[in-house]
Amino acid sequence: MSKSSLSHAEAAEQFIKDEPRTDWHDETLWFVRQKRDKAAHGLPEWEQLREWASQIKNHTLSNLDNYLLEFEANANANGVTIHWAPDAADHNRIIFDLIQKNNIQKIVKSKSMLTEECGLNEFLHAKGVETIDTDLGERIVQLRYEAPSHIVLPAIHLKKQDVSDTFHEHLNTEKGNNDPQYLTEAARQHLREKFIESELAITGVNFAVAETGGFVVCTNEGNADMGAHAAKIHIACMGFEKMIPKAEHLSVFLRLLARSATGQPITTYSSHFNKPREGQEMHIVIVDNGRSRQLGRADFRNSLKCIRCAACFNTCPVYRRSGGYSYHTAVAGPIGSILNPNIDMRANADLPFASTLCGSCSNVCPVKIDIHDQLWKWRQVLVEEGYVDASKKVGLKGMAFVLARPGLYRFAGKAGRAVMRLFPWLLNNKLNPWYKQREMPAPPKQSFRDWYIKNKQQ
Amino acid sequence: MKIGLFIPCYIDQFYPQVGIATLQLLEKLGCNVSFPLNQTCCGQPMANSGFASLSKGCDKNFVANFTGFDYIVAPSGSCVLHLKEHLHDEQHPGEAEHIRKHIYELTEFLVDVLKIEKIDASFPYKVGLHNSCHGQRGLHLSSMTERMLPSFSKPEQLLSQVKGLQLSKPLRSDECCGFGGTFCVFEEAVSVKMGKDRITEHSANEVEYITGTDVSCLMHLEGILKRNGSNVKTIHIAEILNSNA
Ligand code: SF4
Repeated sequence: MSKSSLSHAEAAEQFIKDEPRTDWHDETLWFVRQKRDKAAHGLPEWEQLREWASQIKNHTLSNLDNYLLEFEANANANGVTIHWAPDAADHNRIIFDLIQKNNIQKIVKSKSMLTEECGLNEFLHAKGVETIDTDLGERIVQLRYEAPSHIVLPAIHLKKQDVSDTFHEHLNTEKGNNDPQYLTEAARQHLREKFIESELAITGVNFAVAETGGFVVCTNEGNADMGAHAAKIHIACMGFEKMIPKAEHLSVFLRLLARSATGQPITTYSSHFNKPREGQEMHIVIVDNGRSRQLGRADFRNSLKCIRCAACFNTCPVYRRSGGYSYHTAVAGPIGSILNPNIDMRANADLPFASTLCGSCSNVCPVKIDIHDQLWKWRQVLVEEGYVDASKKVGLKGMAFVLARPGLYRFAGKAGRAVMRLFPWLLNNKLNPWYKQREMPAPPKQSFRDWYIKNKQQ
Repeated sequence: MKIGLFIPCYIDQFYPQVGIATLQLLEKLGCNVSFPLNQTCCGQPMANSGFASLSKGCDKNFVANFTGFDYIVAPSGSCVLHLKEHLHDEQHPGEAEHIRKHIYELTEFLVDVLKIEKIDASFPYKVGLHNSCHGQRGLHLSSMTERMLPSFSKPEQLLSQVKGLQLSKPLRSDECCGFGGTFCVFEEAVSVKMGKDRITEHSANEVEYITGTDVSCLMHLEGILKRNGSNVKTIHIAEILNSNA
């Protein structure tokens, strides 16, 4: 795992030290953002779709208890077993119990950020059970003992050369052969074997449909299907916010998801699972893990509308220049920065500050989450709850004190314009971070107010 | 029409020429402008750092200074957005509400209220426009590349009326410069990298000046330009609109 104990700012500084690589990361993701723009421009009804998606999700979150029960009843009627997991530990235990009960050795797993959130791979590994990630990007990072650095493009932080080295080490490919087609073919052969051997397939869930009890899994590689069709047991894991009321609502979400994620009109595979095939067992694990707490926070509840398209990652100028690992959580990027403080306020208190509040994330979000406003609101909560650096507080308190008192403000300005006394965080640090790579503004002889009094107030 | 001029603290202290240009420009256009002498700050530096609770004193002072005007105008989209969204005064809720509804960033005031179609200014230089996020995405000074809506730009509309000015936009026409308030020091590495990347794109257009509606973004870009010995200068849009070069 590459999760670091550094704060976002510290990890970002490390990341940026390799400037050419930072530029490459930035440009690669910007390219994806542009593909998204193009795809969205192709639909005159784009903004209308976003509005519908937002309303459907708002409605669902407001009636979630009913829809979850409806989903459970319909899924049961289809012969699917539903498991309720209050937290990550329960989620992992439920899956482990199924593995033990059925004496399973070979497991494949397609992409599921929920299982990353719950730390399923590490949990099973500690129990001596190996899981093979079958999404190409996820397999690459898994072979490197890394976590995904992006929720849609898990290995986006790696270059072809890195992948080639990893495959050479683990899959015996030719050293130095960076040809993407060659490398993909090697992965395909490697994974095919795993699919054929597998006894248990774990998948994520993109949308769970209350009225049918079915669920939809979106992939570009068809790896969820390969796994689910080959194995005798299929376990699908979902956060409880994946619910939508009706199958017809898929017509809104499936059109938005892939366009927002990669600029494709639709994912290559949108697989609808409704009931187990004959002789197969199908389970769905529905996870809370802090979601009901978030649902109870009026200012933050609508973060649960998220459909994990990662458009907010790709557009975020900070994410593109700091990389996924700087967020030290399973879900990085702007959405991660408003979800993770709910899970652990102390550990993730830095994340809402890893933003300029530029607002681009809220603009691209296909379900209209007001991400940047929630970042601002989390900052207020974190300060109130005492999770922000005391030195920051002292500086800003001093600043607020001065700025609330016009006479003092003018005095401070006169006495200290040259050293920016009004910007106390610059003085509290011995090494002034502004000055490290930037010149200070040249202090003028008089303030605007002085000029005004001299020239305008005879 | 009585206009109260709000000159945010860092403009007052470090960029008085921007305040002067704003005042002169508004007066040239026939406005009756006054500058309340006891104004300080909008409170944004505290609030954006999570200390909105500390900005009550600023709010009170702001309301005391700016009550009784038809409009309040400021050459800063960021401060205006903050006040529009967060200005409150328990003792004077009506006055605070009036201010929230009648405070304008300079270019939107010129375009939407004064409906200026001809500006008597000349600035014969190559100028790159930086779209500041709070003005653009917050106040809708221009359309945004993320949204699928008709395109427009109030700053561009005004700059296009300036004689001799050659306007260009960077490749990513509305990417953030990385200033971000206290972000500029607490996330120093990312902040500077973002600023450098903006400058690279403007430099590719061979601009002589970078302009915009927010002094804070320009101060950050200027700091990087100066450190790297660049010839490119920064200038606030009010200075261009008020110039007769
Ligand atoms: S918050 Fe919005 S843009 Fe970001 S991943 Fe979720 S749905 Fe996509």
